[in-house]
Amino acid sequence: MRYSQDHEFIDAAGEVATVGISDHAQAQLGDIVFVDLPEVGAKLKKGEPAAVVESVKAASDVFAPASGEVVAVNAKLGDSPGLVNEDAQGAGWLFKLKLSAPEELDGLMDDAAYADYLKTVG
Amino acid sequence: MSAFLFTPLYGLHREYGARFAPFAGYDMPIQYRDGILAEHAHTRAKAGLFDVSHMGQAWLDGPDHTTLAAALETLCAADLLGLAPGRQRYTQWLNAAGGIIDDLMISRPEGADGRLHIVVNAARKAVDYEFLAAHVPASVKLTPRPERALLALQGPLAAGVLARLAPGFDKLPFMGVKAAEELEVSRSGYTGEDGYEISLPAEVAEAFARRLLEPPEVALIGLGARDTLRLEAGLCLYGHELSEEIDPIEAGLTWSIPKRRRVQGGFPGAARIQAALTEGPKRRLVGLKLDGRAPAREGAGIVGPDGAEIGLVTSGGFGPSVGAAIALGYVEPAFAAPGTALALLVRGKSLPASVVALPFHPHAYFRG
Repeated sequence: MRYSQDHEFIDAAGEVATVGISDHAQAQLGDIVFVDLPEVGAKLKKGEPAAVVESVKAASDVFAPASGEVVAVNAKLGDSPGLVNEDAQGAGWLFKLKLSAPEELDGLMDDAAYADYLKTVG
Repeated sequence: MSAFLFTPLYGLHREYGARFAPFAGYDMPIQYRDGILAEHAHTRAKAGLFDVSHMGQAWLDGPDHTTLAAALETLCAADLLGLAPGRQRYTQWLNAAGGIIDDLMISRPEGADGRLHIVVNAARKAVDYEFLAAHVPASVKLTPRPERALLALQGPLAAGVLARLAPGFDKLPFMGVKAAEELEVSRSGYTGEDGYEISLPAEVAEAFARRLLEPPEVALIGLGARDTLRLEAGLCLYGHELSEEIDPIEAGLTWSIPKRRRVQGGFPGAARIQAALTEGPKRRLVGLKLDGRAPAREGAGIVGPDGAEIGLVTSGGFGPSVGAAIALGYVEPAFAAPGTALALLVRGKSLPASVVALPFHPHAYFRG
């Protein structure tokens, strides 16, 4: 699993990768009440806004941690957005990307680097 | 060095795992460990304890009740002359154009002849005190009380909890006030539930709060849930629904202006307010319920059936007890009737919404 500095995670299995927000990010946001997911088929560039996670207090952008085409979204979040709080990096995933430039993942943090990064952002 | 002000309960908030954010110059608890949804549900089902010590408490003293009330009736549209000892009113300080300088609670302590107590918004304290100093006669004295803390105990179990700790308040009527030893208690609040606001000396506030928190039915509740609770209760928040440009009729606060004041006037902006009462206001605060879960926040455009923008959302979010996204906003009067189908603009999308009667969640005030 890899992480962006904006606290997205991306978990690649072959050319398809699962994207969501990190457990740290969900804890910071608090109770999530709505997730605005991208359309299946949307082509995203790394760093572009891809989804919006709405907590009780505010809306937060989720950026594409890598470029690719959206091939699936987590439909369960429609009725149960709280899955992101319960299991952000598991059942609370947001969308799946067919990667167009898998080498982009090399620029992201692994678990150890992300843990160190969280210490620097407090 | 911190630029923030702190309430007397700051240490208690830290101990309970509060997440803080700046509000009106204070570092205030937004939520505790259980989070806003759980805190909201707890308050609706049991009893929530809120620290609202950032709000402004002050005495207004005059030579006698009639002189004091008459002086203050020139600044707001409440009936203060008829305010009985042991009773409280909700009102607004008004500017010359009928706009709202602040909204507040004003109470007359039992046995008082010439003393009233006010509770004003934290962010408007300085403005209010300046306004009062400039407009009350020399015989009326304003005394801010920064040495007092303010706790709100809200929810269906609030009365039982307080009765075990400080007997004598369970029969207090809605909008009644009563003092006992160092406590000054009113049966009021900002959640739509039964409950109390309890003013007490800052130095005993933490010990008293800890005793209130002992029974399992009481939980500390942050400002995050205070906002979702008041939104569901359809209650206005200064700086959102209320401002110096908005008059009480537009804001749906006509109920706070009794008949004598409507007829006689004698308050700032009376001409505009009386015209709005007879001819109808130019815009109206409405409740909006969205069809889905996607929240529309403050500033979202409100669109009429023909696609034209007819207003703006002033507060919006997910209503946990309603189970849907809800909002308050101003619209042209033609679109204010419950049942009117409108749409809210969120991130370029048009979200269907309906005008609904307020409150979104029924009030459960104590009715004896």
